[in-house]
Amino acid sequence: MARLVVLGGGVSGHTAATFAAEWLGSAHEVVVVTPNAKWNWIPSNIWVGVGQMTKEEVTFDLAPVYAKAGIKYHQAKALGIHPEGNETSDKPYVVIESTEAGKAGQIENIEYDYLINATGPKLNFAATPGLGDANGLGEFTVSVCTADHAVHANEELHKCIEKMKKGERQKFLIGTGHGMCTCQGAAFEYIFNIEHELNKAGVRDMADIKWISNESFLGDFGVGGLHMKAMGFAVSSKIFAESLFAERDVDWIIGAHVNKVEKGKVHYELLDGSMGEEEFDFSMLIPPFAGVGLKAINKAGEDITATIFAPNGFMKVDANYAAGAYENWKASDWPSTYQNPTYGNMFACGIAFAPPHPISKPMSSPNGTPINPTPPRTGMPSGIMGKAVAHSVCDRILIGPDAPLHEASMAHMGAACVASAGKGLFTGTAAAMTIYPVVPDFEKYPGTGRDTEYTFGEIGLAGHWIKHILHHLFIWKAKLKPGWTLIPE
Amino acid sequence: MSKYGEKNIRAYGNNFTTMTPGPVAKFLRTNLIFQAIRFIIINIKMLVVVSKSH
Ligand SMILES: Cc1cc2nc3c(=O)[nH]c(=O)nc-3n(C[C@H](O)[C@H](O)[C@H](O)COP(=O)(O)OP(=O)(O)OC[C@H]3O[C@@H](n4cnc5c(N)ncnc54)[C@H](O)[C@@H]3O)c2cc1C
Repeated sequence: MARLVVLGGGVSGHTAATFAAEWLGSAHEVVVVTPNAKWNWIPSNIWVGVGQMTKEEVTFDLAPVYAKAGIKYHQAKALGIHPEGNETSDKPYVVIESTEAGKAGQIENIEYDYLINATGPKLNFAATPGLGDANGLGEFTVSVCTADHAVHANEELHKCIEKMKKGERQKFLIGTGHGMCTCQGAAFEYIFNIEHELNKAGVRDMADIKWISNESFLGDFGVGGLHMKAMGFAVSSKIFAESLFAERDVDWIIGAHVNKVEKGKVHYELLDGSMGEEEFDFSMLIPPFAGVGLKAINKAGEDITATIFAPNGFMKVDANYAAGAYENWKASDWPSTYQNPTYGNMFACGIAFAPPHPISKPMSSPNGTPINPTPPRTGMPSGIMGKAVAHSVCDRILIGPDAPLHEASMAHMGAACVASAGKGLFTGTAAAMTIYPVVPDFEKYPGTGRDTEYTFGEIGLAGHWIKHILHHLFIWKAKLKPGWTLIPE
Repeated sequence: MSKYGEKNIRAYGNNFTTMTPGPVAKFLRTNLIFQAIRFIIINIKMLVVVSKSH
């Protein structure tokens, strides 16, 4: 009997574990180690953050789902990986620390034959003074990165709405809280949901709404922008985004590294080296992401973390980490099998793998401060990677250790994103976008780097309905309800 | 309605060089018949992207 251990029960790890359990059956063991008791459909946190959904609607208990799938579930966080075992055994293992009520803090070793690291991001609030600390979110801004954060964000938002109803003007500042952030799409969706809610509450005229981000142009989204087919043109996402901001009367600051947050004020540095300050009454700033800080130790007990993980804490996989300057970047730099180059039985998928480099062109201010988005690994690619990696592991267990690995490169993969504004079936609208491929391939698609037949964006009710359907479909799938394997990632 | 969005443009401000939707574009965004058709087309396109990605 072989044992697959999956670290992280989020979008990527849950996909990997559930498919692996389905394909391996009861002859082999699938173990999930994840600190959370509940699964969260993170994209719908945006609606929790404006009070349109409850935390309960975007989360569910993992234990019954894993019991149904025959998956062994440890509510715990992984601390370290021992890929060569230790002095007494050659069997690789992970060290985990329980987060379960009544068992919290208990340490355990779990042996594995194959390991999938899908631990996602550490929300690195501590990177910006005032944004938060090592324990999480600070007191001056809000976040929508977790369901609990989103509940808090909604409470703060409604305090502002009450003030506006009493005639007090409020300033809203939404965007990224550091020069090296990703996930601009989530902030983008949140700002337009706020705008929508303020309209609904009849207080839009009492609000000044501003975007602040590390993108060098509006609509970069961490993917170097995109060109999409519209009205017979290949239109840049810059025009698309600026148009939406103009229409909704939302101003913006771009190319900004937020370097300090105080009560009611952010300090930032711009790409031209100038410094600025922006005041706010309500601010949601996405923190930068880092790896979750797993350690790796070899058989001799030596720390080999730097061999297994990139300096940002994400796990090295089959990517080209020596591509160098932007001019040398190629689509083929991006990993396809997500296998760790040092230990062939270890894989990393979703946000947990170390990208070879950003997708957006790296930039820095004259003071040497890097200000550019880091590459997003959104839900659809994270799910597809998780499934491909699970497929590879299952083949190696069922067919043999030389079975070919499955591939899922972000340079051959698309992503669908729907940024809603509002939730009502006939009152909300959404910007629906697809991008193909996520990583531009300028050799295959000269000029824009993407296939403009399948890279498109439009605003309307249709995208909004799709967002609703995706919410229910993905929760159905994650709960392993009938037909779940037929629902694409 | 035709001036919707245009009123927000500020001369030589951040948003001076972009486009804003006119009445037809605005109408089509919430027109149920047009959106039902777009719903089908967007879904097909998304499914093609999904199938090309696996
Ligand atoms: C507000 C918001 C809105 C978004 N909206 C969209 C959207 O509309 N469309 C889209 O495609 N994407 C969206 N995304 C991105 C999407 O949520 C991520 O791409 C996706 O969650 C990444 O999956 P993952 O499995 O890599 O990480 P996660 O889903 O974050 O999962 C990581 C898991 O690992 C666990 N973990 C952490 N540390 C450890 C440890 N030490 N040991 C074991 N487990 C650990 C975590 O608890 C978590 O369960 C959004 C993100 C945010 C924040």
